[in-house]
Amino acid sequence: MFRRNGRQCVATFAIDEVRVLRKVAGEVVALLTDGFDHGDPVVDRLFPDIYPDRPEDSADFRKYTEGDLKTGKIDQAGAILAALPSDRAREVRLDAETAEAWLRAINDARLAMGTRLDIRADTDLGEELDDALLHDPASSRVFQLSVYAYLGYLQESLLNALTEVK
Amino acid sequence: MALPQVAPVETPEIEEVPLDDRAWVTIVWDDPVNLMSYVTWVFQKLFGYSREKAEKLMLDVHHKGKAVVSTGARERMELDASQLHGYGLWATVDRA
Repeated sequence: MFRRNGRQCVATFAIDEVRVLRKVAGEVVALLTDGFDHGDPVVDRLFPDIYPDRPEDSADFRKYTEGDLKTGKIDQAGAILAALPSDRAREVRLDAETAEAWLRAINDARLAMGTRLDIRADTDLGEELDDALLHDPASSRVFQLSVYAYLGYLQESLLNALTEVK
Repeated sequence: MALPQVAPVETPEIEEVPLDDRAWVTIVWDDPVNLMSYVTWVFQKLFGYSREKAEKLMLDVHHKGKAVVSTGARERMELDASQLHGYGLWATVDRA
């Protein structure tokens, strides 16, 4: 988890955390590049219609803005990949600008996972995880739910570290 | 005194406001994933709102399902919504 150190946000990640972050950031990049598909609910969530009742206006607007929006999201996921150590536990130090890119990228990853996991307003993450564990402890749903919960804590800790008044 | 000249009745000039200059709004919708603290931070960051105002808007989104976060010309609202999408918030544009 992140903490504030001077002007930087600092976290020491275990090797498993490095691998998980690399994986989720890589998946966001893949989703926005080769896997980009408007039929995908995750893409719908990351790139919502600006005029829900006017598909033509939405499409028109999308034509002019989607490219930049996509590039921004790829860059922010790239900021995570660039700051992570190659494959060992190490401290990560982020300046304010990079911390913001991380916050946005973690958010994109959580939106993607939350959509796939069908997270709703009344979803109790602890209960979901217990159910999934009971069903099959080795299932990918257990892993996905754990990562989703972990990213929530990580994002909150980074936000606290970034906005901490010194 | 001369009577005032009878001038043809002037129809008051109704300036036809071009559609795009009327007030539009940017709306942020509730979603189950975004953290409340993050949404508050985005409102402060993007619109320069005070913490109090940003928090109130975030709570409106959370409790009422949506909130108007900015008002103005259509193009400006489109820019706001697009930037909100960059932060992962679910934003749309509508007539005020």
